[in-house]
Amino acid sequence: MPEMTAPKTIELRVLRYCPSRDSAPAFGSFQVPYTDDMSVLQALQQIKATLDGSLAFRWSCRMAVCGSCGMMINGEPRLACNTFLRDLAPDAVTIEPLQNFPIERDLVVTVGDFVKKIESIYPYVMPKAPKTIEQGTYLQTPAEMEAYASFADCINCMLCYAACPQFGANPDFIGPGAMALLQRYSSDSRDGGQQARLDRIRGEDGVWSCTAVGICSEVCPKQVDPANAVNQNKSKSALDFFLSRLRKETVS
Amino acid sequence: MEHYDADIVILGAGGAGLRAAIAATQSAPEMRIALVSKVYPMRSHTVAAEGGSAGVIRANDSLDNHFNDTVEGGDWLCEQDVVDYFVSHCTREMIQLEHWGCPWSRQADGNVNVRKFGGMKVERTWFAADRSGFHILHTLFQTSTQFPHIKRFDEHFCVDLLVEDGRVQGAVVLSMSTGEFTAIRARAVVIATGGAGRVFRQNTNGGIVTGDGMALAYRHGVPLRDMEFVQYHPTCLPGTGILITEGCRGEGALLVNKDNYRYLQDYGLGPVTPEPRNKFMELGPRDRLSQAFWHEERKGRTVTTPQGEAVLLDLRHLGRAKLKERLPLICDLAKEFAGIDAATTAIPVRPAVHYTMGGILVDIHTATPLPGLFAAGECSSVGIHGANRLGSNSLAELLVFGRVAGEHAVAFARQAPAANADEQARAIEAKALALLQQRGGGEHHAMLRAEMGASMEKGCGIYRLGEEMQQTCNTIASLKQRYAALTLEDHSRVWNTDWITAIELGFQLDVAEAMAHSALARTESRGAHQRLDSFDKRDDVNFLTHSLAHHQDGAPRISTMPVRITRSPPGQRAYGALGEQLEASRKEAAHA
Repeated sequence: MPEMTAPKTIELRVLRYCPSRDSAPAFGSFQVPYTDDMSVLQALQQIKATLDGSLAFRWSCRMAVCGSCGMMINGEPRLACNTFLRDLAPDAVTIEPLQNFPIERDLVVTVGDFVKKIESIYPYVMPKAPKTIEQGTYLQTPAEMEAYASFADCINCMLCYAACPQFGANPDFIGPGAMALLQRYSSDSRDGGQQARLDRIRGEDGVWSCTAVGICSEVCPKQVDPANAVNQNKSKSALDFFLSRLRKETVS
Repeated sequence: MEHYDADIVILGAGGAGLRAAIAATQSAPEMRIALVSKVYPMRSHTVAAEGGSAGVIRANDSLDNHFNDTVEGGDWLCEQDVVDYFVSHCTREMIQLEHWGCPWSRQADGNVNVRKFGGMKVERTWFAADRSGFHILHTLFQTSTQFPHIKRFDEHFCVDLLVEDGRVQGAVVLSMSTGEFTAIRARAVVIATGGAGRVFRQNTNGGIVTGDGMALAYRHGVPLRDMEFVQYHPTCLPGTGILITEGCRGEGALLVNKDNYRYLQDYGLGPVTPEPRNKFMELGPRDRLSQAFWHEERKGRTVTTPQGEAVLLDLRHLGRAKLKERLPLICDLAKEFAGIDAATTAIPVRPAVHYTMGGILVDIHTATPLPGLFAAGECSSVGIHGANRLGSNSLAELLVFGRVAGEHAVAFARQAPAANADEQARAIEAKALALLQQRGGGEHHAMLRAEMGASMEKGCGIYRLGEEMQQTCNTIASLKQRYAALTLEDHSRVWNTDWITAIELGFQLDVAEAMAHSALARTESRGAHQRLDSFDKRDDVNFLTHSLAHHQDGAPRISTMPVRITRSPPGQRAYGALGEQLEASRKEAAHA
């Protein structure tokens, strides 16, 4: 018969901030019993259910596809649902809201500006050759899909923004996630909106703000590789710049 | 309190809500559409659907096939005119999504590919690898951003509907970020808030799937139909309930017990073939597969895992290349959440609650009996799922009936007078604030939620007993009493999720009560409602009827309404060899 062992516990240090109560964020500490299959999200849920019902954090799917539960775990941007305590124990785990975003409360940051960036880059097919439903689907070979498929896998979790030093320095920078989405549509064989999107990212908050650190791709939980999207658009944007000069000189 | 004047308000911005919003603004570009969601739209639970969406496309397939599969799969409790409408509109919705950019998986020649799915006679499930719901949701959300008259209320929680003069006139929503209320006045309202699987303990659903819209309509006198039919998905990770798509079996995965035996052959689903055939073995319907698990567990033929009993889903023979192409998410989930390389090790799986077949009573136009109120998607009961939904019919439903809801809400709004229910809006706000301020000796709601989940699982699980269902009815009634006295720990306004989840629990208790009482009242066995007491057979004489749960003080009143049968008389429902034989004789009879 196996010996009874005391349940393991782990300390979670969670950054707390409630605007109606606190003048500044400060850490709260919780001791949580845990098992080896427990995620950081499950630990937070346990705190909320049994220790402090006022703790605020976003979550939903529990399976790393809805993109809600991004947070800083031991200083790294991670999804709480697929980060496991067994990989962090026995030391205390530090949990903070996603870096580079304004804190609304506890682990909840402001998402609206990120969503506006997504909306700003025409995130939809602008058909090259419009079709009616009766005409059926477009043909798109697996190779043509490959050109944009990884960029279409972005779950909008914003971990790349939390990792991006350029976004940290300039919150208006369009940022890696939105660039990946731009690349997703602009490299889709059905799409004809490339020029309109390039025009959107030409300014100082656009693609040229990126200083090519590449950490956005390292922290991405879905292997979207936004750094690659940024680079492709830098070369397109550069070419576009020279072409636009050329056109101008030809006309004049 | 803020006010916002819309023409139409849509509650919920998942697949159905977004499709409704796009349809509404396309058919009435001048109308203001308020699209309310308690999360950002791309977080909606449509995101977690994996396997795909049905639409007849193969030359060897037909709308009749899709109709027959759906009606038989639903154990003849489907509205057959609605199923006919549904199957004849699925494919155009899949094409529409393709035009909007949905990355459907392709064949080598560039045409869209389709995969096998449980209970479907011919391959007709359109898929985007195993992230079909994710891609559908993101495509719809991103497409919706081009329409300036869709005004989104992201992270706004609907507290109640405004109902005055016998018609719905808008909704009161709470900004989760600020804790402030807005009364949205509208001439028509579409509910598209999704299912209620979280009322059960072990489930595949996201935390947001709390039946909000069902409860709202129900409290305003709209019956909930067929609520006893709750789907257990047969292949989920033990413990978490994380979904392992039926698409695995569509691609050829096998289900074995601890003796490496394909046990489904013992439950009328054989004979065994190396790769499962359509409507045989692993490609049987979900209710039958979940029931087979239940029996295997009692026979002691399951595998014991730290998270409970399981059978094994074997994908190894598919090979790493095919897994990477067709089932990349499943490989990630197995690795991250079960520590398993699916290419080399079979995945332990078991049934978990997945889907609510029943919901808000609507007609073929998605209209509820309450004028101006429409509903679409999992929250609704339009009548296509009957007693058991077939996999890949629900994503198609979001699109087909999301569009219908958007268009019919527009038509209603065109002829309805302007809304005026400001006084009621203030009363709704006051009631929500009273809960926020509730202090004193009551319990915290987390405990009540856990008791509800355990009780539903015990009384309304894969197999049911009258006595246990009665016990669950009693438990839910007492939980409702305790709920009335609960105490919040958080009394602030900004991002108070203690408050929001307490309101959600109130919704969940109403929905759970409707489920348990509807189940108790159905003294027969059909589809996903299987009893082990003396009512273990289908009873078409007394129960070829829908159940309706009506909200009232105390326990709900349960009544019935007839099922619309247009061209498929109820027959024996069978899969495997017997199913094939029955189909052949039906065909013969039709030709005679």
